[in-house]
This record gives sequence, C-alpha cells and structure tokens, in this order.
Amino acid sequence: MKTIFQKSKKGSNNFKIEETGINEFDLSELIPSELLREYEIGIPELSENEVVRHFTNLSVKNYGVDNGIYPLGSCTMKYNPKINEEISNFNCFADIHPFQREEDIQGCLHVIFGLGEMLKKIVGLDAVTLQPSAGAHGELCGLLTVKKYFDEKKEKRNIAIIPDSAHGTNFASASMAGFEVIEIKSDRDTGTIDVGLLENIINKEFDKIAIIMITNPNTLGIFEKDILKISEIIHKNKSLLYYDGANLNAIIGKVRPGDMGFDIVHLNLHKTFSTPHGGGGPGSGPIIVKKELKEFLPVPVVEKNANRYFLNYNLKNSIGRMKSFYGNFSVILKAYCYLLSIGNNLKIIAEDAVLNSNYLKYKLKDFFDIPYKKNSMHEFVISAKNYKQTGATALNIAKRLIDYGIHPPTVYFPSVVDEAIMIEPTETENIDRLDYLVDVLKKILNEAKNNPDILKTAPVEKDIKRVNELKALKEPILKQ
Amino acid sequence: MSYFVHSDENRKEMLKTIGIGSIEELFDCIPENICNPEIELDKPLDEKSLKEELCVIGGKNKMIKNFFSFIGGGAYNHYIPGAVKSILGISQFYTSYTPYQAEISQGTLQYMFEFQSLICRITGMDISNASMYDGASSLAEAILMAGKINGNKKVLLSAAVNPQYREVCRTYCSGQNIDIKEVGYKNGKTDINLIRDEMDEMAGSVIIIIQNPNFFGCFEDVYELHDILKKYPECFFIAVINPMSIGLIKRPSDYGADIVVGEGQVFGNALSFGGPYLGFFATKKDYLRQIPGRIVGQTVDTDGNKTFVLTFQNREQHIRKYKATSNICTNHSLNALAATVYLSIIGENGLRHISNICLQRAHYFAEKIKPLDKFQLKFNSGFFNEFVLSSRLNIRDVIDRFYKNKILPGIYLGDNYPELRDCILVSITEMNSIESINKYTEVLKSF
Repeated sequence: MKTIFQKSKKGSNNFKIEETGINEFDLSELIPSELLREYEIGIPELSENEVVRHFTNLSVKNYGVDNGIYPLGSCTMKYNPKINEEISNFNCFADIHPFQREEDIQGCLHVIFGLGEMLKKIVGLDAVTLQPSAGAHGELCGLLTVKKYFDEKKEKRNIAIIPDSAHGTNFASASMAGFEVIEIKSDRDTGTIDVGLLENIINKEFDKIAIIMITNPNTLGIFEKDILKISEIIHKNKSLLYYDGANLNAIIGKVRPGDMGFDIVHLNLHKTFSTPHGGGGPGSGPIIVKKELKEFLPVPVVEKNANRYFLNYNLKNSIGRMKSFYGNFSVILKAYCYLLSIGNNLKIIAEDAVLNSNYLKYKLKDFFDIPYKKNSMHEFVISAKNYKQTGATALNIAKRLIDYGIHPPTVYFPSVVDEAIMIEPTETENIDRLDYLVDVLKKILNEAKNNPDILKTAPVEKDIKRVNELKALKEPILKQ
Repeated sequence: MSYFVHSDENRKEMLKTIGIGSIEELFDCIPENICNPEIELDKPLDEKSLKEELCVIGGKNKMIKNFFSFIGGGAYNHYIPGAVKSILGISQFYTSYTPYQAEISQGTLQYMFEFQSLICRITGMDISNASMYDGASSLAEAILMAGKINGNKKVLLSAAVNPQYREVCRTYCSGQNIDIKEVGYKNGKTDINLIRDEMDEMAGSVIIIIQNPNFFGCFEDVYELHDILKKYPECFFIAVINPMSIGLIKRPSDYGADIVVGEGQVFGNALSFGGPYLGFFATKKDYLRQIPGRIVGQTVDTDGNKTFVLTFQNREQHIRKYKATSNICTNHSLNALAATVYLSIIGENGLRHISNICLQRAHYFAEKIKPLDKFQLKFNSGFFNEFVLSSRLNIRDVIDRFYKNKILPGIYLGDNYPELRDCILVSITEMNSIESINKYTEVLKSF
C-alpha cells in the first residue's frame, strides 16, 4: 500500500481551526530572524476523507485480539473489555490537565489510589507507585529503588542474579540501573532455578549480591517450586527478592508474591489487567514493595487523608522521578475498571488461564515434544525439533498459522528450548477456539509430511507473503 | 459482569480430558500454606453499575473546559480533530501486540514507518525510532546514549529545561556514572557564556542539553551555541523541542543538534491527567546502532511487494540482554498513531496555522500585560506560546482571585525556581479564545 506521503496532493488540505481573531503581528517582530523557518518540511497534504481511508485500510492489515485467538506466550493477550475503553474516553477523565489544583483532580487521584490499594492486596505488599509506563520501566524503577536502599544502608551490593530463562528486559534493566549481572542456569530436567547453583553463587559473592529477579511461573510456564527455600536463602544473605509480574496471570488470586517472600514486584497492567496492548503500547508497570522500601519510591505518590486524596512529594529517600506527571493515567483507569468488574472472582482468572493452558498442552502432547512436563501453569513450551527436517521449524509453523487465521505463538523463546513454541491461550478463549488451534497445528504437521513447500513459504493465502527481514537490515530504509 | 468464557460444564469436560478431578490439582505446585489466600475485594460490578460508579468518581474532577485554562508546562490543551479519535478506536490497531509477526502487522508497521518519517521531517534529523514513553524519559535515554557513544560523562543541563525532565534525567543517571551540572539562565534564556566557559575548561568533552523554546517559552540563542559547538566537534548536543513550534521555527538539525527529543502529546493526544503521552527520539544516521527502542524498516515480501518490518533488533533487550542499548520494550505505539493521524489531518499548512494562532494570541496577550504596573512579563526575550508573568502582589492571592473567576491562570514557578516565587508560567494555545485572554486581563486590572 502507498504511504501517506505518496498519497499527498498539494493544495488538497485546507484544514483550519479558526481565525486568529486579531490583527496579526508580523512574524519577523516575534521570532528572531535566524530562527524563522521559511522552507517546507513535507508534512503530507490530503483531504480528511483520504486520511481516514488510508488508516482504515491499514487497520485491516493488522490482527488484534478482537480478530481471534492470540496465543502469544508471555504476552497475555486477553480480551480488552470495551466498556473500559469507553470510560477512559469520558471527558471527565480525558479533559483533565495534570497541573490542575488538587481539589479539582480528586476523581483521578481516587482512581490511582483505588487501583494501588487493590494491587497491594493482590500481591500482598505494602506500598505502591503507578508511575512507570511499562514493565521494563517498572523494572528500572524497582532496581533503582533497590540500589538506593543499599546505598542508604552503606552496603556495596552491585550484583543482580537473573535466571537464563528470564525476559531480556531483566538483564537490560539491571545493567541500566548499574548492576553487574550474574546469569544462573536453569535445571535441565525441571526448567526451574537450580538451588544448589544459587547457593554456590551466594557463598562466593555473598555480600555483593543485591537482588535476584524471578519470574514465577517462569517463562517456561513452570512454577518455581522451591520459591520458599530460595526466599529463605536470599533473605539470610540480606539480599532482596524481585518479582517480575509478566506472568502474574497464572497465579492471580491463588498465591501472593508477598507470601512467597518477594520484597518488590512489578506488574504489567497491559497483560494481567486487560488493558489493550495498542500495537506495542502504551502499557503501565506499577511497582509494589515492602514497607522498608517505601521511602525510596519515585515521587509523587498518591495518598489519602480522611476523604481527601493528595500527592505526596515527601518521601525521605526517593529515587526521584521516572517520567513526567503521575503515570499512564488512562491505562491505570482501564485496569481499575477491570478489577472492579472482576471483584472477588479474581482467582477464576488464574484458574481458567491455567486450565486452558493445560488443556491445550494435553491435547498437543502426542504430537510435539514437550521438554518440561511438570507444574505447567498458564503457558507452556513445545519444541518443533523433531519436525525440523521436514521443514516444520518453529518459524514455519508460526507463519503457516497465519494462513489459518491464528496469530502465531511466541517462537524461539525461551532460548533454553530448541525450536521453542511458547503458547499462552489466556482465560478468555473458549473450548472451540482452543480445539481449533489444536486441529490447525495437527494439520500443519501433516502438511509438513505431504506438502513441505507450503510451510517454507507460508503465509501463502494472505495478501502479504513472507517478509524479507535481511533486506531491511542490509539496505536500511527507515523513513521516507 | 464477567469476562469468563467457560460454564461449569465446560470446566468439568476439560478437566476430564486432562484426566484430573479438580482445578486445584493444577495448582498443586504452590506450597499449600500460602495457596488460596484471603484477598478482600468487593463483589463484581456489572457493566451498568461500573459505568455509573465511574461517572460518580469522574464527577469529582473539574474538566478544563469548565474554566479558561492557561496551564501548560509540558502538557498542552490543543484541539483534537474528530478523525483522530475515530481512527484510534479501530480495534485492529489497539488490540494488537508489538508487530513481531510482520505478515499480519502491516497496519502497525506502516504507520510506525510513517511516524518515523514525520519525526524526521519535524526534527530535520536522519533517523527516528518508533516512540518512547514521554518527552522526559526520551531525554534521559538520549543522555545514556550520548554517554555511551563518546564516553562523555559530564552533562551540562540548562536550568531552563522543564524541571520534571531534569528530575527524570537525574533518576536515570543515578544508575550510571554520569555527572549532571545545571547551567543557569539570564533573562529567560540559558546563559551561553557559562556554557562557553565550561566547554573551554572541558575541551568540549561534554553533553549539552537545551530546550528550545525552553520551559519559560523563550527562544534560546541556539545559533550562538552552534558557533561554540563548531569549535568542539566531540561535544554532543541534545535538543529538546516542542514540536508544535516547528510550524514556524527552524528545526534543530539547522543548529547542529546530534539528538532531538521531545513530547509529542501536542499532536492529537488527550491531556488525560498526564499520560500516556508520546516521547520521540531522532538522531543522525551514524548512531543507528546506538539508538534505543524499536525501529521499522522498509523491505519486500517474497512476491516483491513493498512491506515493513521491525529491524536492527540486535540493539534491543530481547536479543542483546544486558548489552542492549536500552531496556525499553513496550513503547507508546498508539500515541504515535495519534500523532501520525493528527499530522496527516492538519497537513503542512495546518501545522503552520495552529502554531501561528498560539504565537499570535500569546503576543496579543503579552501586549495587554505590558501597560500594567502591578504585573509584568518577567523576561523580555522572544517567546513562542508561553511566558512568565510576575506579580508585585502576593501571588497566592492573585491566583485565588483567578480561580474565583473560573480561570486557571498558569503554573506557579516558586517550587522549582525559588527566584521566581512571585511568578507564574502562562500558556496559550488555539483553545484560548481572545475572549478568555481579555477576561484574564480584566482580572489583572482588578488588582
């Protein structure tokens, strides 16, 4: 499809807000001559009708949760309730400036405070900030908080331990926050943290270790069964335990990170709490901590005094600020609405998510190699390594799924599994959708035997065929 | 209300298929003593009750349309054309994930490519990423990138840069060994002489950050700075801009910027109590491999048709882990879509038009203030759509009288600038009618 620039027609856009309404000054009186721009910069010119058609036609080239099942492992692509979108567009929320007087923004503060209180209960910890814009932003915020905590204690702990199956963001955030990273290998049989290895690292580096970051269940979808033991070892060493909430959907309402011994948690409102992913954002990545860590959180935090909400800027040892203002408010608002509509049915989220995942896993177990069989939760990883020779690589299977109207699962992650296909159905898919996914996967394996070429070139039935990634890299065209 | 999809019968059937007796068995791996905790949440609200409840909560807010609002300072009340909202409401856009699977994500990929192109045109730079969280975090990332490129660990940060941006920079840099020094201002503009002295002392190995127009609304002496930069090519210059001003003023590429960042909220994004907004990040092509965040490139599919794809991913966290250029993963894609649609709707002339209304009305306003003796413009430097108003009276009393007249007069500056404790920052956009400006002036005259 032509780009918006290729569709531009000079003189076809007569957009006007209104007249200035005054006798205009000469621009040369108002802007220093060397700063006055006289050349054109190439913003396209189209009629409104053509602009709307352009983007509407682009939208049909996308696939969203509203189109069908989106079993993207580790991404929790659940249904995004429409009422929450409607409410977030209410003028009484959208038309509020962040610098208005406290008495005029009580509704917004109510929402931020209210969501924070619910999140504290859900994770079982004491203090919260909703400032971070995304999961990775939350990680950085959390790690800077931890760094400041040890700085204040005058302890020089600069090591973060991270399991090899963790999300890439964990490593990158630790490095941005100034930590040295020690990567710990997972146990080959169980896929979980090898407690013996962990003890070895602690014995060697004990007073340098600040934190261990754990995703539980981990990215293989497996619950870290030794979590209480790990917590004991870590706390005995006076280090802290960090919970990456990317996979909270597996355990929400069933077990609280605080009860597992975690000191600091980040959540992804755009995963577990149903806010849409927006084609890659915006999200929201709240941090929830034990009370000992509260004074280090970014400011301001929203608090309540009698019936009045206020912004508290006075945290003794705050790390400062992660972004302008108070957080991605409209995302926070949608998550707040979601939790009000779920209420005390909370644990059904995890129960159905884990049920769906185990159902799929059971139905696929005779067709695919499943490297880690035990303790699977809301997602699981299958391996296509047995089909590699027929052309049914993880990538080719993923691309062929597109032809059948299914968004591919996550592939080649986590890297500890060869030809990994990571499937997370979420709780909002019914049996028919799950069965369809199973049927299609079986069909694709048959195709691999009988018609392998179709897999290697898939998708073949859509407008867009296999995209050449290498060319983009070798001959970069990054703008027009 | 329930978003759950299974009946109890369904669940039984599925359990039977799996070969277990109860859902609890699926959670056997969780230590029993901490499983199924008591979590006190209210009863679920049905959709109608939810909507009513949120109307009550929202009713405790006072919308700015109920006032004459002159608040800006990093978040601006601009008109949002109906078409922007309409496009943003298309669910194939907002319910999709990051476009890792290019074949079913061309909608997102193409608008990201168009967004990058627009940002390059707005800033004059060679390359842009597909968005950041907001202007402040984008600036902080720019410092980290500049520090890695040339090893400069000293930052000269103008005090006329938005105070919240400066705070975010300090927080981000606390993880790194980077020293931030603030440079003062004179008559509302960064004191370029101070920068010159520092540069001479450090032989140019510094990172300089200027906002233009700056937090006070004033145009900076960027060409004077440009002359100094020419002497020290190893120096890194990061420019922060309000992209709406580009409707009338030159782009940072014209005055030697190495990285340009800023807040794109002004392009079609609602105020929404401070977020989500839109950080943009543009730089020179030499730094392609150091840039944070996602980048979309043009390529072809196997039929030879033009397509788009995420590229240069070997900079990013999911591939490079702790050696990544940044940890950013989720960005602000949908806000970038809003900006892309907005700019397409207003076009080249529309940008100039809106920028001009802001500038003209702000100066109309300034002329009204000049004859007053209890109030004056704090600085007499050139400005875009914001200016600092100082008062000879107790500023708190002045602000109160404005509130009584349903006017939000601006942002009190004393908290961030003790020397400006009698001042407020006044912002004007096309949403401020001439009538509202006249009303404001009347209130000033009433003292």
